Amino acid sequence: MHELSIALSMIEQIEEQSAKHPGTVRSVQVKVGVLSGVDAEALRFAWELAREGTDLAATLLEIESVPLLVRCPACGNTHTPDIQSILCPRCITPEQDILAGRELMLVSLEIDS
Amino acid sequence: MTRLVEVRSRILKENDVLARGLRDRFQQAGVCVISFVSSPGSGKTTFLEKLMFRLSPRHRIAALVGDLATENDAARLSRACTQVRQITTGTICHLDAKMIDKALEGWRLEDLDFLFIENVGNLVCPSGYDLGEQVRVVLLSATEGEDKPLKYPTIFNTADVALITKIDLAAAAEFDREAAHRSILSVRPGMKVLEVSAKTGEGMDETEALFESLLAPA
Repeated sequence: MHELSIALSMIEQIEEQSAKHPGTVRSVQVKVGVLSGVDAEALRFAWELAREGTDLAATLLEIESVPLLVRCPACGNTHTPDIQSILCPRCITPEQDILAGRELMLVSLEIDS
Repeated sequence: MTRLVEVRSRILKENDVLARGLRDRFQQAGVCVISFVSSPGSGKTTFLEKLMFRLSPRHRIAALVGDLATENDAARLSRACTQVRQITTGTICHLDAKMIDKALEGWRLEDLDFLFIENVGNLVCPSGYDLGEQVRVVLLSATEGEDKPLKYPTIFNTADVALITKIDLAAAAEFDREAAHRSILSVRPGMKVLEVSAKTGEGMDETEALFESLLAPA
């Protein structure tokens, strides 16, 4: 359950931002790639624990899951494979360049002031 | 009034920045850093002990070993090399760059050829934490399922080399070697896969040669 350390890092970064932009953090937007190693449900659970005692008690956590997006270096085909079978469906080249799906990102905050 | 504040920062950026700093230090010192991840019981420590015995006559080696508790693995590895430190993580299920940085205190990296890092036995959590290593090795033992790479695609996808360990037990465990190779290559196409047995020595020459090929030319 490393999602707790991730939730704590997230809160640290949110607090840094809210120090610069005073107000109440209404919501936070987070992107979680399928290859980030983070489970969205576990992150939600960890978020509940991690935000105890902070000013984020009413903040809404919005998680956007990012599917895997790859480009075939051989034929240029861009596709969204299953993470268990990454090869290019058009030319069967196995190794693909990963364009998206690894991200674990704090995208934005909505702040009420 | 509600404002939208764009942040767009990686949540693990602190770890990533530290790991990048470590990678630079390792490179400048000319030490080849290899990390090992696997589920508990796949034979990481036994493999490393045997590997270090083989490499130590010709190379200067140190090892860091992560576990939630106990110093047992460090004690085992210190039979094969003198510079070993245990990192006990308490309740934390993975190593991170900060722990590595701290554990290296007082060691002269310039005096090393190899630094091996054995992660906490866990196939999920270590995947997102860069440790500054040059190569990440994932181990899968012949007593585990051949489809483990399909169940844990993230860790296999972030690793550079896969070792199938305890290969001497393959027949007894009815381990389907071809299926294992197929599932590894399905989640991480092009990955280098080696079969090894720390017990019989099978595949150890090849593994040793692979690691030695990573050393910076003297």
